[in-house]
Amino acid sequence: MSGHPSYQPQSAFMRWMERRLPIGGLIYSSFVAYPTPRNLNYWWTFGGILAFMLGAQIVTGVILAMHYTPHVDYAFDSVEQIMRDVNYGWLLRYLHSNGASMFFLAAYIHLFRGMYYGSYKEPREVLWILGVILLLLMIMTGFMGYVLPWGQMSFWAATVITNLFSAIPLVGDSIVTWLWGGFAVGNPTLNRFYSLHYLLPFVITGVVVLHIWALHVAGQNNPAGVEPKNEQDTVAFTPYATIKDSFLLAVFCIMFAWFVFYIPNFLGHPDNYIPANPAVTPMHIVPEWYYLPFYAILRAIPNKLLGVMALGASILILAFMPWLDTSRVRSARYRPAYRQFFWAFVIVCVGLGWLGSKPPEGNYVLFARIFTVYYFAFFLVILPVLGKIEKTKPLPKSISESVLREGEPIGAPAPPPAGAKV
Amino acid sequence: MSSAEPTRRDFLYIATASVAGIGAAAVLVPLITQMNPDASTIAAGAPIEVDLSPIADGQVIKVFWRGKPIYVNHRTKKQIEEAQNVDVAKLPDPQPDSARVKPGHDQWQVLIGICTHLGCIPIAHQGPYDGYFCPCHGSVYDTSGRIRQGPAPLNLALPPYEFLSDTKIKIG
Amino acid sequence: MAGARVVLTLAVLLAALCPSARAQEHEAPPPPANKWSFAGPFGKFDRGQLQRGFKVYREVCQVCHGLKLVAFRTLADPGGPGFTTAQATAIAAEYQVKGEPDEQGEVKDRPGRLADTFPPPFPNEQAARARYNAVPPDMSVIAKARGYERGFPRWVGDIFTQYQEQGVDYITALMQGYKDRPPAGISIPPASFYNEYFPGHAIAMPPPLTDNRVEYTDGAPMTVEQYAKDISAFLMWTAEPHLEARKRAGMQVFIFLIVLSALLYFTKKKVWHAVELHPEKLKPRPPSEYPRA
Repeated sequence: MSGHPSYQPQSAFMRWMERRLPIGGLIYSSFVAYPTPRNLNYWWTFGGILAFMLGAQIVTGVILAMHYTPHVDYAFDSVEQIMRDVNYGWLLRYLHSNGASMFFLAAYIHLFRGMYYGSYKEPREVLWILGVILLLLMIMTGFMGYVLPWGQMSFWAATVITNLFSAIPLVGDSIVTWLWGGFAVGNPTLNRFYSLHYLLPFVITGVVVLHIWALHVAGQNNPAGVEPKNEQDTVAFTPYATIKDSFLLAVFCIMFAWFVFYIPNFLGHPDNYIPANPAVTPMHIVPEWYYLPFYAILRAIPNKLLGVMALGASILILAFMPWLDTSRVRSARYRPAYRQFFWAFVIVCVGLGWLGSKPPEGNYVLFARIFTVYYFAFFLVILPVLGKIEKTKPLPKSISESVLREGEPIGAPAPPPAGAKV
Repeated sequence: MSSAEPTRRDFLYIATASVAGIGAAAVLVPLITQMNPDASTIAAGAPIEVDLSPIADGQVIKVFWRGKPIYVNHRTKKQIEEAQNVDVAKLPDPQPDSARVKPGHDQWQVLIGICTHLGCIPIAHQGPYDGYFCPCHGSVYDTSGRIRQGPAPLNLALPPYEFLSDTKIKIG
Repeated sequence: MAGARVVLTLAVLLAALCPSARAQEHEAPPPPANKWSFAGPFGKFDRGQLQRGFKVYREVCQVCHGLKLVAFRTLADPGGPGFTTAQATAIAAEYQVKGEPDEQGEVKDRPGRLADTFPPPFPNEQAARARYNAVPPDMSVIAKARGYERGFPRWVGDIFTQYQEQGVDYITALMQGYKDRPPAGISIPPASFYNEYFPGHAIAMPPPLTDNRVEYTDGAPMTVEQYAKDISAFLMWTAEPHLEARKRAGMQVFIFLIVLSALLYFTKKKVWHAVELHPEKLKPRPPSEYPRA
């Protein structure tokens, strides 16, 4: 991980520093000279986008924390004070609330990219599991953050989700009381959620460091799913990957800005502009869009404990993908059958998300159940079986070959003569 | 990068880096200005009016403006004389009493009750001059609020104020 | 191609689930969309409309509904009703707010100042319930606290049209949605009123607006429809006082990001030029440090 041979400090100060704390060398080997497969497409930029969004959420969040009051009588009004009185408060608040949505959007794209191209396969299993842990941490952080404005949805989401733990036999109720710090969601709950919401992003940062470390040990996966074999297969991270990431980050920020400046409340729910009222439950309690698929799975199971277990399993099962998938071929580019099931899985996830926003009645419940079955069948049945019986396309011999000869050249006018430069 | 390449590529790189730099600087503006006092704080710091009629001769009251204590002192004749009969040049922070009151209103001393040493609130009607005395480190002020002894370097500061009538002032 | 059939079936199922017009008895119809001056990327409040809406608030609504998050000074802020500071000071002084305790410890009323917020019309919820049998909600953010299901695929279009006016469209419709009698077959509880657009149709608020109830001096029609639009626009301002600044900043940010993206795109193309056209001409690089698969 620490690359000493390549970095040549240019200034006397850096030479002095390198002997004492070789940060310069670390950054150089990890983000400048680091060999990156040359055929990465734009789906690979979302890791960098996620790092940017984590930084953005932390910066805007720490600033919001300067103005927010975590007390049930003042929380809602303090958020409104941020929106009205704090200089650029409206901007910081909307950046943070819409930033959470952008964060999850990028995370899901990043995740689906991994599923499609087999980035979870050997030797990247630990990298993948760290990613699942990051997803879990994000889910917890986002949930607690949403409670803080203390609107109707904040309060009732907190009530519903903490009540899930009562499904645990024997100790369930004690756990719920312990989480609440009282006999219902109240001021103690709000305060501890605030504390943990501030803490968890830094835990996420630590796990991200491990995630990048694990990545750099194995190296990037790439769309062909074959490992780099020689120097022609890779390019230096800087400037090639850096500029590509920067470009898509700017485009991503255009979309982010569209929400923040023009439709800042589109992804939210109007009920959260009603101050929390423990005596009145909203007609339809809905979580934010990024939790909807899991919410649909939870409600699809008629039994309380099994529903909670299904909810947990729907996230944790991701961690087992490296072992559930029996295929020898990494990338879905060369697995036509898997590709179909993958896209069906994506549609099922989107469908579950939509169903999660609907009241649990009639046909909605029926389809939520059908989709939940497919969701779990994808991992438990399709992945193991398909790997054994599928017919895959022949793999390219190397990344360079896949780029220059496989019909996906990036601007090459004519392939080099056979046997020339490989 | 080869130096024989045409400058058009360099121009592109410079342009991109500059625009990105401008963006980074622009992003910093809201992040930093948000710490400035917000609109409600500024509004709460609006000028206040103080009615002088209930303040008896020799009485000092303390009001708050922008979070700072303001002493409004209805000085007795003796205090006014003592404040004026002073060799200004010998004071640690030379200032005549006339510069510290509004013309025609010698009996009204309005000052910010924050010691100019390290910020404690001096106590009124204390000390050898019957002025103000700061208990933290022993600074002594006279009936005009000027520093006489002790570690404080400057006289007690005056807030902006004006007389709306003989019995009403507006501070701020 | 079994997979493709799976995909197709799923897509058809999903499309079939899209809600067709389900005429449920107690489901309120979607309110009609209005044209708002503050809608869209170049939206601005109509100062005259905000002032008229404020007049409606003062003469009709403020008896029951508070605006506790709105400070009097904001009436003079840019992007709002456009009162001068002197006018806002005068408006503030018309209200009585709770003062500081005096020497006896009594809290007396005093005239409002610019820094104060609108005083509540009732001291607490219990007093409201005793007076009205219901708690009239505070209206500071009500234009953002109300909305209605847009349904698929309309909400996809909303992303591009920037439709954020669900709240004000609902409020405008609600104000005009009262009917003297509920339609045949529908009964509502006593002490409530039938309203077309209120979910459940039985609303505790009596119809607040009638024609000519509030006098307009700028020539605008003094109809329920106009009052409804004006009060809604005013409530949009109380909910989002920085709307104009937000959209203006948005335009600047957009132009900047588009320029930056274009520059980054061409820079990326230039940087990758050598790799994409002449891979064999890549400079030799330091040996990589990770194990080969």
